[in-house]
Amino acid sequence: MDEFVNLKETELRLGLPGTDNVCEGKESIISCCNNNNKRALSSDNEKEIESSSRKTETSPPRKAQIVGWPPVRSYRKNNIQTKKNESEHEGQGIYVKVSMDGAPYLRKIDLSCYKGYSELLKALEVMFKFSVGEYFERDGYKGSEFVPTYEDKDGDWMLIGDVPWEMFICSCKRLRIMKGSEAKGLGCGV
Amino acid sequence: MNYFPDEVIEHVFDFVTSHKDRNAISLVCKSWYKIERYSRQKVFIGNCYAINPERLLRRFPCLKSLTLKGKPHFADFNLVPHEWGGFVLPWIEALARSRVGLEELRLKRMVVTDESLELLSRSFVNFKSLVLVSCEGFTTDGLASIAANCRHLRDLDLQENEIDDHRGQWLSCFPDTCTTLVTLNFACLEGETNLVALERLVARSPNLKSLKLNRAVPLDALARLMVCAPQIVDLGVGSYENDPDSESYMKLKAAVKKCTSLRSLSGFLEAAPHCLSAFHPICHNLTSLNLSYAAEIHGSHLIKLIQHCKKLQRLWILDSIGDKGLEVVASTCKELQELRVFPSDLLGGGNTAVTEEGLVAISAGCPKLHSILYFCQQMTNAALVTVAKNCPNFIRFRLCILEPNKPDHVTSQPLDEGFGAIVKACKSLRRLSLSGLLTDQVFLYIGMYANQLEMLSIAFAGDTDKGMLYVLNGCKKMKKLEIRDSPFGDTALLADVSKYETMRSLWMSSCEVTLSGCKKLAQKAPWLNVEIINENDNNRMEENGHEGRQKVDKLYLYRTVVGTRMDAPPFVWIL
Repeated sequence: MDEFVNLKETELRLGLPGTDNVCEGKESIISCCNNNNKRALSSDNEKEIESSSRKTETSPPRKAQIVGWPPVRSYRKNNIQTKKNESEHEGQGIYVKVSMDGAPYLRKIDLSCYKGYSELLKALEVMFKFSVGEYFERDGYKGSEFVPTYEDKDGDWMLIGDVPWEMFICSCKRLRIMKGSEAKGLGCGV
Repeated sequence: MNYFPDEVIEHVFDFVTSHKDRNAISLVCKSWYKIERYSRQKVFIGNCYAINPERLLRRFPCLKSLTLKGKPHFADFNLVPHEWGGFVLPWIEALARSRVGLEELRLKRMVVTDESLELLSRSFVNFKSLVLVSCEGFTTDGLASIAANCRHLRDLDLQENEIDDHRGQWLSCFPDTCTTLVTLNFACLEGETNLVALERLVARSPNLKSLKLNRAVPLDALARLMVCAPQIVDLGVGSYENDPDSESYMKLKAAVKKCTSLRSLSGFLEAAPHCLSAFHPICHNLTSLNLSYAAEIHGSHLIKLIQHCKKLQRLWILDSIGDKGLEVVASTCKELQELRVFPSDLLGGGNTAVTEEGLVAISAGCPKLHSILYFCQQMTNAALVTVAKNCPNFIRFRLCILEPNKPDHVTSQPLDEGFGAIVKACKSLRRLSLSGLLTDQVFLYIGMYANQLEMLSIAFAGDTDKGMLYVLNGCKKMKKLEIRDSPFGDTALLADVSKYETMRSLWMSSCEVTLSGCKKLAQKAPWLNVEIINENDNNRMEENGHEGRQKVDKLYLYRTVVGTRMDAPPFVWIL
């Protein structure tokens, strides 16, 4: 039955190319010949399909995107989506807005470019031409009237540097460099 | 029969404004029909293909206000191809030719072009009011014609339209002499806005009551606008972005305090949540709050805002409010009548969404609630039974469980009993949308109890044709039935053809109806337009006998007095 063994290469299956056929012993694709064996053939195929697909179930099942579901107007979908894309943390870069009190316009930076707080703060200092003072765990930033803060997922304004860097980039939504009297409350000693 | 002269009867009719009532009046006798048609000023046409403009004008020659709806409701969810139809131009052309004194035009789900807007603006000297909802096909050039040519323009209200923004100067096209604006809503425009022109327009519009800005209007411009229009009743905030450096924020706070007539707030399209406190002083007057586009307002800022809104009657919100947030709404907003909770995460991430608990809390806390649209992750029969007990006054009940076919998450049962409780208790229910795992049983309940039901939306529900038959046989007041992905077929479709004469329309997509079933229906009911929408070339339906068993992907049928429409695109078959 050599001609049928070669046919195996061109056989249609659900398995990935190169995966072994578990039911190796059976001549599963007995194509045109045995019409009487139709039921047997299909059950053989089913078994084969089952076993091949079991092999491919390493990736999680993808949620099928149903057209027109959920029933939300396209206008609304488009407007919420653009918002999400702006604050999305996966993919290319973690862009957040940076504002500085008194500056006429905001900037945007990619948090994923920095490996830690010192790099980030240095970049901010260069961008806005100020200096940030020294960070103390208990007292916050000392030695400057500028205090770097960020808004977290809950909408609260937090001092930059308190939490581990990884936690920070996941929860940071935007940055704000506070200045002067507003900054006093955060324990900045001028 | 008439003991009064016609003028007296006509005067009495002036007090009858609802179109349903006026339709009823016109059926009483020939004399009343005649008086009614000459005095009718406002006409509502729920399906623009049910009638044509010539017949409309023949019957109502004194028409002043026209409302037209075009595409079927499921077009909102991309189920109807763009070129399907719903063109307003032929209507405007006919109205212009007839020289009728049109003053108001309200369109929903129609295709509007710049050409039609230009024609509209030039044809009716007294044109006052243009309201466009979910329309498409036009640009800001069309808006410029309206602004320039409509000397007595009162309302320009653009709600959720797809408008091509040419970044032109349409706002500057309002002449200096235009001082009559009452409503200006351009929130859906994506492009830049000429702030100077806008401020001057607002400053010279003393009657301006409703102003809804787009994303391009920043916070400091907002403060200046509010100073120009302290009489504002309905405000849509555009961009609320800048961090509150003291001066700009203080100016806004001061301006807001002066707006003592403000009752409705919306927008916050780009929002820095901590600026919300500027609005706290007027919150106690608010009756309507729409934060459903404000993805960045949630958590404590949202709760703080809501806690000030004790008189709220209408609330549109995102599900990021969570069950806890809804509990705050339930304990604060005792006057609440309408609630809409929209999904914030459309990819089904399933994070801080709302559940059945939020819904139950609202039903318990808000006795005046009559309309709800609720997107959620999960539901139970028990919760729905409780909601029905708490709120027997629902007029509109739309529940969307995000995952199709999802059962009661506690008992794993279908949600038949829960929805059954709703229709049984809510005797005034006019609109219902179903979701979750549902069998034919829920339709038995609907047919039995939902006597006032006019609109029903079904998706991924039911087992056999019996389900659809229960509804068609039971719901005497059914007007619009829309069904998708449910196993209803020809038997249900053909059981009672005369039923469709009492309905406005029927939509069925991804169901079990076949081409031959649709053909039979079209034969039996020549007063129906039976449309098959077939965008997929691979699904080309052949005329051959045995191909008639092929399932129809999208069926839309509606009663009409003017026969087959002439403007259907090639992929729409009208049988």
